[in-house]
Formats: sequence, structure tokens, C-alpha cells
Amino acid sequence: MTALLLRGSALRGGRVLLRDLDLAVAAGQWTCLLGPSGVGKTTILRLCAGLANGVEWRGRLVTPGPGQVALMAQDDLLLPWLSARDNVALGARLRGVPPDLAQADRLLARVGLAGRAGHKPAALSGGERQRVALARTLMEDRPVILLDEPFSALDAGTRARMQDLAAELLARRTVLMVTHDPAEAARLGEAIHILTGAGAERIVPPAGPIPRAVEDPGLLRVQAALLARLRAGVPCAA
Amino acid sequence: MRGVIGGGASAAMALVLWAGLVRLFDLPRFILPGPGAVAAALWRDRLLLADHAATTLTEIGAGLVIGTLLGALLALVLALLPGLARGLHPVLIVSQTVPVFALAPILTLWLGYGMAAKIVMAVLIIFFPVSTGFLHGLRRTEPGWLALARVMGGGRWRILWHLRVPAALPDLAGGLRLAATYAPIGAVIGEWVGGSRGLGYLMLMANGRARTDLLFAALLVLVALTLVLRAAADRLADRLTRHATGS
Ligand SMILES: Nc1ncnc2c1ncn2[C@@H]1O[C@H](COP(=O)(O)OP(=O)(O)O)[C@@H](O)[C@H]1O
Ligand SMILES: [Mg+2]
Repeated sequence: MTALLLRGSALRGGRVLLRDLDLAVAAGQWTCLLGPSGVGKTTILRLCAGLANGVEWRGRLVTPGPGQVALMAQDDLLLPWLSARDNVALGARLRGVPPDLAQADRLLARVGLAGRAGHKPAALSGGERQRVALARTLMEDRPVILLDEPFSALDAGTRARMQDLAAELLARRTVLMVTHDPAEAARLGEAIHILTGAGAERIVPPAGPIPRAVEDPGLLRVQAALLARLRAGVPCAA
Repeated sequence: MRGVIGGGASAAMALVLWAGLVRLFDLPRFILPGPGAVAAALWRDRLLLADHAATTLTEIGAGLVIGTLLGALLALVLALLPGLARGLHPVLIVSQTVPVFALAPILTLWLGYGMAAKIVMAVLIIFFPVSTGFLHGLRRTEPGWLALARVMGGGRWRILWHLRVPAALPDLAGGLRLAATYAPIGAVIGEWVGGSRGLGYLMLMANGRARTDLLFAALLVLVALTLVLRAAADRLADRLTRHATGS
């Protein structure tokens, strides 16, 4: 079943941003989207989240309705005046329902921040802030999750742990994750697309359930192929 | 601490210069009284000064509270209704070019010689810096936060209350700082134009009776009052800014 479908072109101010895209995201699995900077990956996520902001879509666009999506942006977007706990519980407050602070604390503990729930973002490191943002995304508990380079600010060890955790907690959800890291895509992608100026290209993912072991030979082969593909680049169609 | 020492040093230098000028040119007391004469007046007429200062302070206080509330309210309404804001924008620009001081005689005519006219003067002066400062802050909320809030399903009012208002508090504080500096001027000009109470009235009366020492004493009290207000506004502004940045 297709959860997200983008078939067409995106324009910003009359200029083509994404040309002849054909991207279908299957429900209930992790889809990874790779591509060079500025190619339009974040724009795709925003379109899926219903945030048009100056982008015009020409073609077919199937997105889940409001209330179905959680978005974790490239920046952590934590509110500086709220504690980590209150940041995680922000969604409930904005919807006017009582926030489940115990659940917020549980999720913070899951991302390894048990002792930090009362800290303000300014007192946290960049990696810790991104983990709070991940907890906030999990707290939303939505069927479709959009992740924009969620683990890029983390050190290698923490990144691997967060990948494991996210894969476990978001199993069987529809996840569309943007990443620039071929290793991450090969580890977590049940479908993998490389985005170029000429559209999205499908890459066959490694076999096996996610999160895959980093030393898995199939994973290493796909990782190498992805890297080679990204290095070669594609002449921009525009 | 160094600021206090520096301030004390420059105040001492100004006093010495002042006393020197009076001596050097042998100025009569009704032209420029020396620091000693002003200090004497400050002490002798302390009850009178305190009485009139209380009136002026009440006017300023009421003006600050009402002006801040009205200014913040207008900013909130305009932040929620951008269409209305666009329509009102020229009106606001034009109204800001009207020198509020020129309105003092009219306000006295309409509201009489009591406190009301002075409070309205202070309100008019405070209202604009507060509303424009706050509105500016409400309008430039980090777009990423707003996008996140929308995806979370937040309503306009709740996004305003939980996100835009806390983020705009430093800008509101900036408006308050300006207001605290200008509010005393509004009240005193109101007292000049018509009234029987307040430091402005006392200065005018002292001037008429060639009590220049009392005039200077009243001026000193007014300066001290303004400095205290300004310091309070600065502290509040610091607290609001620290809150908004989480530091
Ligand atoms: N708010 C904006 N206004 C104008 N151009 C933008 C804006 N945001 C992004 N762009 C441009 O749109 C293109 C795609 O951006 P983006 O989707 O963020 O790329 P990616 O996430 O793949 O790095 C880039 O060329 C970028 O410069
Ligand atoms: Mg991006």
C-alpha cells in the first residue's frame, strides 16, 4: 500500500525545483532518500507534511491528512524556554490536551537522557538536543514519520544506538528518512531512493530486517554502490 | 561595581565643575544655585518634594501599566489578524508622527487639571514603543517552530500563546525600556501645561518665585526617579530575555 506519492514537478517562483519526480513511499516500512545538498530533499519532506511555503506542485501528490504526520526537521527546533521534558510534550499543549509528562520522561530515558529531563536546551550538547527532538517526534505517535537527517549531529557511537532505537520504536510505521550518509541508508532503508536533478532513482536495499548489522556483507555492497552513485553525480536536468 | 565607581567619579566631577562655575562667575542664586544650595533645598523641602514626587510617580505608574497592557493587547490582535494590521499600518505610522507633547493642552482641556490628563499623556507615549516592539517580535517567530507547530496540529491561539508570545518577550522588554525612559517626560509635561500637583508643577511654581534651588532639587528628584524606573525596566528586560533564551 502506498502511503505517500509524489508524481510531478515542484516549482518555486516559476523555477523548476524538482523535475519529473516519481516517488512512491510504501506504508509500514522505512524508506531512505539520499541525494546531494540542495537537490530538494527537505522540500519533499515539507510537501509531504503539508507545508507548502512558496512551493507549487504540478502533478499528483498523495499525502496523509492532517494529524497523521510527525516531522523531525534538520534543526532540533527546541524551544529554548522549555525544559527537555516540556519540549517533548509540546504537541499536546499546542493541541490543548493535557500532556502525558510520564510518557515524555519514559521517551527521554529511552534516548539516554533520563537525568536531563529538567534541563533547558541551552544546557544540552548538540547531540543531546537532537535526541530530545527524536523523543518529541516519537511522542507524537503518528503513523507517518518524516525524518530530515535526524542523526547527522551525533557521534558515531550515539548515532548507531539512535538508529537501533528509532528502528525499534518506529517499526511498522511509515518512515521517510532523508540522509546524506550511504551507511545509514543501507542500514535502515527497506526501500532506498537517490534523488537527482533528473528524478528519483530506486536502489535495491540489502536483504534482511532493519536495523542491519554494520558488518553485513550485503549492506557493505549496497553502501559502496550508493557511494559510487553519489560520487558520479548526475548532470542537473535544469 | 566598576560601573558604580565610575558613575560616582563622574558625578563628583560634575559637582566640582558646577560649584567651580558658580564661584568663578559669582552667579546669583536665582540664576544658578551652587550644589550646596540645592542640597539644602532638597533637605529643607523634603516633605514637599516627596509629596509632589508621589503624585508624579503615581501618574507614571498608572501610565506604564495601562500603556503596556493596551500596547501588548494591540500587538496580539494585530499579530492574529495580519489583514487588519496591513489596514492599520498607515494609521499607526501617521499617529506616531503626532508629537504627543503637543496634545497636552488638548488633554488638559478635555480631562481637566487632575491626574487623568497626565496619565493619558504617559499612556500615549508608552503605547507605541510597546506595541511596535512586541508586534515586531510576534511577527518574526522562527519559521521552523511555526512549521513544527502546524504539523503537530496546533491552533492559532495556542501557537500564539505557547510559542510566539514567549519568543517575543525580549522585544516586549525592549519596548518597556523605552517606555520607562519616556513615561516621566509625558507626566511632567502634562503637569506643566495644567495642574496643581506633581514635580512638573513644583518646578514651574519654583521658577515663578525665583526659587531656582527648589527647581533644581525637583529636577534632581525627577532624574533619580527616572533612573530607578529605567533600572527596574532593565532588570525586567534582562529576566525576560534570559527566560526566552533559556540561559
Ligand atoms: N525558503 C527558501 N526560499 C528559496 N529557496 C529555497 C528555500 N529553501 C530552499 N531553497 C532552495 O531550494 C532548493 C532545495 O532545497 P532543499 O529542499 O532544502 O534541499 P536539500 O534538503 O536536498 O539540501 C535549494 O536550491 C535551496 O537553495
Ligand atoms: Mg535538507
